[in-house]
Amino acid sequence: MNIPYTVEARPDTGLPNGKLGIWLFLASEVMLFGALFSTYILLRVGAVEWPHGELSVVLGTINTIILIGSSVTMVMAWASLKMHNWGRHRLYLALTFLLALVFLVNKYFEYSEHLAKGEGPWHSTFLAIYFTLTGLHGLHIVGGMIVMAYFLGPGAKMWKTEPDRFANRIEYTGLYWHFVDLVWIFLFPVLYLL
Amino acid sequence: MDQPTTHSTTRPHDAAHHEELGFWRKYVFSLDHKVIGIQYAVTGLLFLLFGFTLMMIMRFQLAYPGRPIPFIGGWFGPDKAPGGIMLPEFYNQLGAMHGTIMVFLGVVPLAVGGFGNFVVPLQIGAPDMAFPKLNMMSYWVYFLGGVTMLASFFLPGGAAQSGWTSYPPLSVIAPTGQTGWLVGMIFLITSSLLGSVNFIVTIVQLRAKGLSYMRLPFFVWAQLVTAFLLLLAFPPLEAAGILQLMDRLAGTSFFLPSGLVVTNQVLTGMTGTAAGATRAGGGNPILWQHLFWFLAHPEVYVLILPAMGIVSEVIANNTRKPLWGYRAMVYSIVFLGFMSFIVWAHHMFMTGMGTAMSAFFQTTTMIISIPSVVILTALLLSLWGASIRFTTPMLFALAFLPMFGIGGLTGLPLGLAPADIHLHDTYYVIGHFHYVVAPGTIFALFAGIYYWFPKATGRKMNDVLGAIHFWGSFICINLVFMPMFIQGLGGMNRRMYDGGMQYAHNAGLLKWNIVIGFAAWGLGLFQLPFIVNFFSSIKWGALVDKNPWQATTIEWSAPSPPGHGNFVVEPIAYRGPYEYSVPGSAKDFTPQFEPERA
Repeated sequence: MNIPYTVEARPDTGLPNGKLGIWLFLASEVMLFGALFSTYILLRVGAVEWPHGELSVVLGTINTIILIGSSVTMVMAWASLKMHNWGRHRLYLALTFLLALVFLVNKYFEYSEHLAKGEGPWHSTFLAIYFTLTGLHGLHIVGGMIVMAYFLGPGAKMWKTEPDRFANRIEYTGLYWHFVDLVWIFLFPVLYLL
Repeated sequence: MDQPTTHSTTRPHDAAHHEELGFWRKYVFSLDHKVIGIQYAVTGLLFLLFGFTLMMIMRFQLAYPGRPIPFIGGWFGPDKAPGGIMLPEFYNQLGAMHGTIMVFLGVVPLAVGGFGNFVVPLQIGAPDMAFPKLNMMSYWVYFLGGVTMLASFFLPGGAAQSGWTSYPPLSVIAPTGQTGWLVGMIFLITSSLLGSVNFIVTIVQLRAKGLSYMRLPFFVWAQLVTAFLLLLAFPPLEAAGILQLMDRLAGTSFFLPSGLVVTNQVLTGMTGTAAGATRAGGGNPILWQHLFWFLAHPEVYVLILPAMGIVSEVIANNTRKPLWGYRAMVYSIVFLGFMSFIVWAHHMFMTGMGTAMSAFFQTTTMIISIPSVVILTALLLSLWGASIRFTTPMLFALAFLPMFGIGGLTGLPLGLAPADIHLHDTYYVIGHFHYVVAPGTIFALFAGIYYWFPKATGRKMNDVLGAIHFWGSFICINLVFMPMFIQGLGGMNRRMYDGGMQYAHNAGLLKWNIVIGFAAWGLGLFQLPFIVNFFSSIKWGALVDKNPWQATTIEWSAPSPPGHGNFVVEPIAYRGPYEYSVPGSAKDFTPQFEPERA
């Protein structure tokens, strides 16, 4: 039994199943982060005073650049597949993974600086929402890294048998990765700058 | 051509391409949407029975407060019911878990996971769901969520006890059971999200050739809208659940206001604020209510829309007429889905959110009643002039109409802020939403079980037992919920573990607690014919062919039960879903999947 449209697009919708699926999933993710951003707004509007300058703008900026860079390498990983350049694809996918790792290491330094002072999420409402939002975003980074590791490792052999399907999978991973990047683009000004 | 080739009575074992799988892959970790659908349905039914049992125990406490629970009172142990007498905390646990189990573990898995999984791919002529592995995963994540919820009864302090709504601050300071509830909910939400993505992709992508959107059976439309509600409304509750977990485990105070005093101690634990410098404001308990009801109002429509879909199928089939106003029904259900996202704060008129907010939400609430009335009216008009076949599924479907009507109409006073202030948190509310969900949705689900049972098993359920089940349930369920309107209008509050006897104004209303108690236990008894019928019909029910109800939609072109991959011949839709009694036709039904008019 074969499920239709797993690789090729359905003519009247113009989409393969997976692409519609990942877009729907991202729609639900928008609602998840949307709810948390709304929480942030509500708490901040209700606060007597809101702390400024608690976070290192330098580290935040570096992380923003890293994530934007990883989005670029992600696109390159997919484009290389489309140009049938397997070596370049491996390189760019590994680079994306590496940039994600650097992001997390950076985040670790930021977290430990606060925790060393005894200022965890219990310290203030600002740090509470900071740890919740960036923690959840960090989990999404880890999730993306697991998927990338799978395609660098055991998942890569699909390229030999079903190259189109494999390219689609990398494309969907990319869509997810851009979303995770986009969330950070919102998080950075909201938490570090405003 | 009365007998197209697809009308042979081949059993699935004769069908081609049947790969043999081992027991575990075939029945437990199956990728087949039909097996997963049945897994969902059976698990959902068991949870419904369990949740109902909790209520039967609670009803004894309400009818006879302070008396030891008969027969099973000794099972609960001294921390829940010393000497068999229910403690208030235990009553609260039963109440919270009754609501949670019925909604999230019973009705939704049965209506969406069960019927959606089993029927939707068959009705759209697809070989399976778009993502079979994801489908299996949704079921097992749901199962884990269910196990977590059940296990929370055994945590120190028992299960969650802050109501199914888990309002803070009480829920944040409640015993460990609440953490179990939150973790369980995160599993259930994840399961629903995976499922809803799968449903939407399946319906959009895997429709058979010729099956345009306006040829979709109404049930498929209902499932499509439901899937969108689950997809977009559940994530905010997931967010809220994460925030409440942070409050409970990481010492944040998203939902605890500053300066909250519990048993003479200031509770807020913000080190930043305790040091004297106000770094940021305290939390906001109303925030939880907004996030919760942003899910939970669409959730109400998640409960009712699949039921409307089932009832539409059964009514069209048993009136032998096209549905009256199919297009209007489709537009209504889509509009209903959209509107359900902007009515949530009508649950919160009592929070003091202000008259402007109340005015907005009561207006949207009045607007959302219009499409519901359109659908109900269309179904009612479908009966007009029909020679109705009173089959067992039709009995339940017919009962759905007035029952949902009562539930819906009694909701209007609750949607208007001035009336709601009087009725809020009384038994009137309980009566209202149970009329929608119990004799409404659950009756529709029973209709669906009797209707599609032949497709799933190749055998029909017994009609005599079905009639006993129906009439007994119908009478008892009305005796349960009708008196609640009287109690509620008299001012009796909900969630009172002593049935309200501590208040003088309830004195004249307490006798109804005894009536409701006996009706509820009677309702429990009348489910026995169903249970017997369900299991005995699998083995001994009358054998049927592909299309025992002489129905028109595509699922009836597959063998009963369909093999792996569903259809022997790839189905093509030639016409709309409800071509019954077409003038000039030799028979009174013209199936979607038959090439030409006879």
